[in-house]
Formats: sequence, structure tokens, C-alpha cells
Amino acid sequence: MKKTVFLGALTVAGLAAGAAAAATLDDVKARGKLNCGVTTGLVGFAAPDANGNWDGFDVGVCRAIAAAVLGDAAAVEFVPTTGKTRFTALASGEIDVLARNTTWTFSRDVDLKFDFLGVNYYDGQGFMVPKSLGVSSAKELDGATVCIQTGTTTELNLADFFRANNISYEPVPIETNAEAQPLYLEGACDVYTTDASGLAATRAAFENPQDHVVLPEIISKEPLGPLVRHGDNDWGDIVRWTLNALIAAEELGVTSANVDEMAGGTNNPEINRLLGTEGTLGEMLGLDKDWARRAIKSVGNYGELFERNIGENTPIGLSRGLNAQWTNGGLLYSPPFR
Amino acid sequence: MATYSDPPAESFKLSQLINDTRYRSYTFQVIALIGIMLLLGYLISNLINNLQAAGLNISYQFLGEPAGYDINQRLIEYSSQSTHFTAAIVGVLNTLLVAVLGCAMATVIGVVVGVLRLSRNWLIRTLMSVYVEIFRNVPVLIWILIIMAVFTAVLPQPRDFRGANATASMVGDMFAFTGRGFYAPMPYFETGFAQGAAGWVVVLAVLVGSWLAARALGRWAARTQEATGQRPTTWYITAALWLVPLAVVLYVQGLAWEYPALKGFNFQGGIFARASLIALWFALSIYTAAFIAENVRAGILAISKGQTEAAASLGLRPNRIMNLVVLPQALRVIIPPLISQYLNLTKNSSLAIAVGYMDITGTLGGITLNQTGRAIECVLLLMLFYLTISLAISAVMNVYNNAVKLKER
Repeated sequence: MKKTVFLGALTVAGLAAGAAAAATLDDVKARGKLNCGVTTGLVGFAAPDANGNWDGFDVGVCRAIAAAVLGDAAAVEFVPTTGKTRFTALASGEIDVLARNTTWTFSRDVDLKFDFLGVNYYDGQGFMVPKSLGVSSAKELDGATVCIQTGTTTELNLADFFRANNISYEPVPIETNAEAQPLYLEGACDVYTTDASGLAATRAAFENPQDHVVLPEIISKEPLGPLVRHGDNDWGDIVRWTLNALIAAEELGVTSANVDEMAGGTNNPEINRLLGTEGTLGEMLGLDKDWARRAIKSVGNYGELFERNIGENTPIGLSRGLNAQWTNGGLLYSPPFR
Repeated sequence: MATYSDPPAESFKLSQLINDTRYRSYTFQVIALIGIMLLLGYLISNLINNLQAAGLNISYQFLGEPAGYDINQRLIEYSSQSTHFTAAIVGVLNTLLVAVLGCAMATVIGVVVGVLRLSRNWLIRTLMSVYVEIFRNVPVLIWILIIMAVFTAVLPQPRDFRGANATASMVGDMFAFTGRGFYAPMPYFETGFAQGAAGWVVVLAVLVGSWLAARALGRWAARTQEATGQRPTTWYITAALWLVPLAVVLYVQGLAWEYPALKGFNFQGGIFARASLIALWFALSIYTAAFIAENVRAGILAISKGQTEAAASLGLRPNRIMNLVVLPQALRVIIPPLISQYLNLTKNSSLAIAVGYMDITGTLGGITLNQTGRAIECVLLLMLFYLTISLAISAVMNVYNNAVKLKER
């Protein structure tokens, strides 16, 4: 009798586990909210504004997905994650998608069982130092004390860079960007290192940004993009193609301002397929035909999202660089909507 | 006619399991045990099933792979090419270092404060009460952060020592107190027959020899005192036994000092105690000391006043009454709660990452966990480590407790 009960418990546990792994899309629809993992606060990428509303470049991706799936860009529950907690949060199902400038690496994709769904920012690791130090190259940093966010790829790149150049350093591990700022400003570390975009965003928040320089060396490739759990390919497709829709929209000249007008029908068939006036792309994803239109309408196309949050006219002041469309010499290249 | 020589054999009925007080408690215990085992079985099977559903398995192979990251404070040889296992050991040693230093300092502060709380001096008594109440009632994480923030904000950074109009300077060209840590001169041996660590082993051996000789001298003095009633004056011989061999061995080995100096971005050379270690050590010590002070006070108050009065009537002064009569008895009351304070301090040291101190939670439970994604494996190892350490501390302290407790014959 004891054995039967035990076997019964096992079966129930097995069924429960099986059910938990099923369609994320259904879960999100049933919940009416998208759980999106973001940073604990990095101005320009993901940070709450004065009214407590999350805003930023990564936040825009979350809102676009929510608009495509649920029809409401505000139906997002933002879950702040640190470099340490993000993967556990995603793997355990606490969040549906992680949009937290996370570097796409082999081991994360393969060994940690996640699916990276494209790149929304091509980045590289850089160094920021106070101008007063008079340092002009990262190779002059022998013996320096370096503040570094723990649990990120930057930690490994840093070790590799200093070892390859045969110079020494003293790492000071920090949990979040917010904790690193005062330590760097008070001089507890000489150098702050993270992705170059993060450095620009951090510097923008300083009282005197002009007193600090970002060194020219970019020591790594950091393709940042959204990711989901491995195994739910339908959900992965939705996130992948929402991101692609934003990128393609810029390439095709669809903006949040003219998307409604274009949805009335254009003589460009690809725009028509994207916006649902031709073909059944939305139905193939398990959504309706207006999915991409809603996403573009709510956050704008990739270019708008970039310029509004981190572009050259914002305090962060990043230029498009590698993140320009392929037609402008950048790396952004959305597969065709066909 | 039947004869009844034996009492009738008792027949066991199932209802006795509930109705008979002899069996009832066993019945409930067995039911509870089965329930607990089922619950555990469910949790474990749930874990295994979910891991399988997610395509994950439990494997400790990552421990043998190169860690790839650097650690600032390492008590053993370690580089970014060492394995995750070595990184974990570096973390273990850092945890043990701060725990041992913390327990020692917390005990000293705690005993002093606990005794002073019972002082007749109103000012001292009140100050100590204020200390205990403030430190006991604010979470230790806050203290760690406050002390680290004060450390980095108040003390000058290496850049303040630099240039023609430096705002900070070294103390006597030997010590530097910076927001990154304290630098002090480091002794080393120039010409010794034994180099490096071996030289210090020689010094240690000489010190042990001195201690043995001093003890033998003390015994001889005691024997002489018992035989003749006169205790020979030995303090200068004892001092010589300690100092002369030490001076000789240091001189022979060529003792020299390496002074810290500002080179490049940081001070180089000398002994370096990192700000993170000092801040964590200090915060854990003063926090735990507040609890220990209360234990000590309780222990002293538990000793009947008659003991103090009896000692006083023998002509002992208050200091000696405390040391010879009250404290030895109070220890019996103090030791058991003191064990839990040591355990608390050791476990609280896992907050180290707040100041960037790389303890076991920072290396194995932090960076390794992150870079390999092996969360369950790492957390299981962490639990095992803290459990082992805590049980070891308990065991050692229990041996000590048995040594000082009241022995009834």
C-alpha cells in the first residue's frame, strides 16, 4: 500500500513537471501579463522613471512582445534581476523572457539550456577611467584596481585580457551597477569595466561626465539579446520575430507614426506581410494579423527605440555604429518576412 | 478440572494500536514517519523530474574545469587558469579566515563590554548599554555596508598620496591607511639558511622551544616554593629564555623589512589587508560582540552574590574576585550560548559579497555558479560546507564546555 501511494506521488509529480514545461504563450495569455526580466537599473536600457514606470531600450523589447501577444504594451510585469539571479529566474519560469543586456555565448545557449533569439545590441567590453589618471590605453593599467560586476562575461574577458597582455590587476567584485558607481567615484577602484554601452549609460548619470574617459580598447564581442527557456520553440519564435519585426520595420521605413497609415495597404508586399494586410504570418505564430503593427505602434521601430533611449540626442549619447542597419554598414539584418 | 499455571497468552488486537496507551504513541510516530518520508520522496522526485523535463542533470564535472576568473584575496596559489575546485578552496580559506578573526575579536570585545555593563561607574555602564542596544538591533548587513562606506569615504585613496601637493601621507613612511586597505611593512629573511616559509617554521620552532623551557622553569620554581616556601625570582630568566633565542635566530637569518611604496596605481610591497576584509571582520565582530556581551552579563549575574561576598571577606580585591571566582563559574552559563554566537558569525560571513570579499559564497556560490550555471550542485556544496563548519565549531566548543562545566563527583 505504501508503495502504491509513493508511486502515485511520483506520477503526480511527473505530470505536474510535464505541465509546467508546456506552452509559455498560453501561460502568458492566461495570466494577461508578460513577466519580463530586466536589469535592476541601468539608465537608457532599463530603469524606472520618476513615476515608477520602467523605460529603456531593453524595456522596449518587453513592451513590444507584450503588445504583440496581449495587445497591451503596458501589460508587462518587470522583474529586476542581477547578473547572478537572471538565469535562475528564467530557468525556473519566474520570467517568460529575459531582456537584460545578456551576452549570447555558446555555453549559455547550449549548456544552460536557453535560446537566444537574436541580437538587439552589438556591444563590446570597455574600460572607463578618471581623466586625471592620464591613462590613454588599457595596456597601461598594470597594477590597477578594477571594479567589475560579478557573474557576467566581463569577469572572464577581464581575466583573459590581463593574462594575454601579461599585466596584473586587482579585481573588486561588485553585485550591481548601482553599487559600482560610488566605489568608482570615490576612488576605491581606478577603473570600471563593463560593456561599452553600460559604461556610457553609467557615465551619463555622473555629476561631471566629462571628467571620465572610456578607453579606446574594446576587448570582447558582446552580442546582447533577449533569451527564453530552451524547449518551447513556439514562444521562442514569437520573441525572435517580434524583435525582427522592429528591425525590419526600420529597414522598410515603418515607424510608430506611419504604421496605421501603412497598415491600410501599401505597394510594398513585404510591408503588407509584416503588417498583416497580406498573408497569414500572424496566424502562423499563433497570434492575430495585427501583432507586428501593435508592437511597432507601441514602441516604434528599432531606430526609434534606439534614438529615444540611448541615441546621440540622449544623455547616454551612443552612436549607431555596429547597430546600424546592414544597408548603412551595420550588422542589423532581419531575415525576410515571407 | 483444568489447572491454570500460566497466565493466558495475550492476544494482540489491531484496535490496541489506538486504544492501548502502551502502543498508541508508537502508532502515531510510525504514521508521522511515513508522512515525512512520503513528503521527502515527493520533493526529491519532483526535483529529479523537473530537472529531467528541463534537460538538466546533476554533475560535478565543472569542478575540474578552469575557473577563468581572478580572485583578489587568495591564501593559496591561484590564477584564472586554476580549476573551479581551487577557486572554491580559496573561498573556503577566506571564509575561515574572517570567521576565525571575527570570533576572536568578538569574544574579546564581548567579554569586556559584558563585564563593563555591570560596572558601578554610571557613565561606562550606560555607554556599554547604548553600544549593545544599537548594534544588537540593526541588521548585520547594514553594519557591513555602513562600515565599508565609511571606510571608502573617510580614508584617503591612493590617488591622494600622489603628486607634489598630496593631501595624504604615509605614517612614518611605514604604514599607509587607504580606502582600499591598510599597508604595513613585511618582515622577510635576507640571508637565512632556510628561505621563505621555511624560515618562519624555524622561528616557530624556536618559539616552541622557548615556551617549553619557560614552562620547565616555572615548574622548577613551583617545586622549590613547595619545598622551601620561597619562590625564586625567575622573571628575568623567563624573559631571556623568550628573547635571546628569538633575537639570535632572527639575526642569523637576516631579518629585513619590506616597506610599502606607491607604485603606479596602488601601493606595492608590504603586508596588505584589504578594506573588504577589515570592514567585514570589524562589522561581524562588533555586531556579534553585542550579543556575546549580553551572554557574559547573564552569566555573571547567574553567580550568587554570596560568592562575591565570600571572596571579598577573604580579602580579595574586586579585579581578582572577577577573575578567580566569578568568571570561572560564569563560563558554565556563558559557553553554550557562545557556541551559537560563533555559529551565527560564521554563517553571517556569507554576506561578504556586499563588500566584495571573496568568501565561499562569493566564489563557489557566486561566480562559479553563474559561469557554469550549475546552481543546484553549487548550493548543495555550499550547504555541505556550512554544515560541516558549524558542526565542527559545535564539537570543539562542546569539548571546551565539558572541560569547564561543573563536575559533580
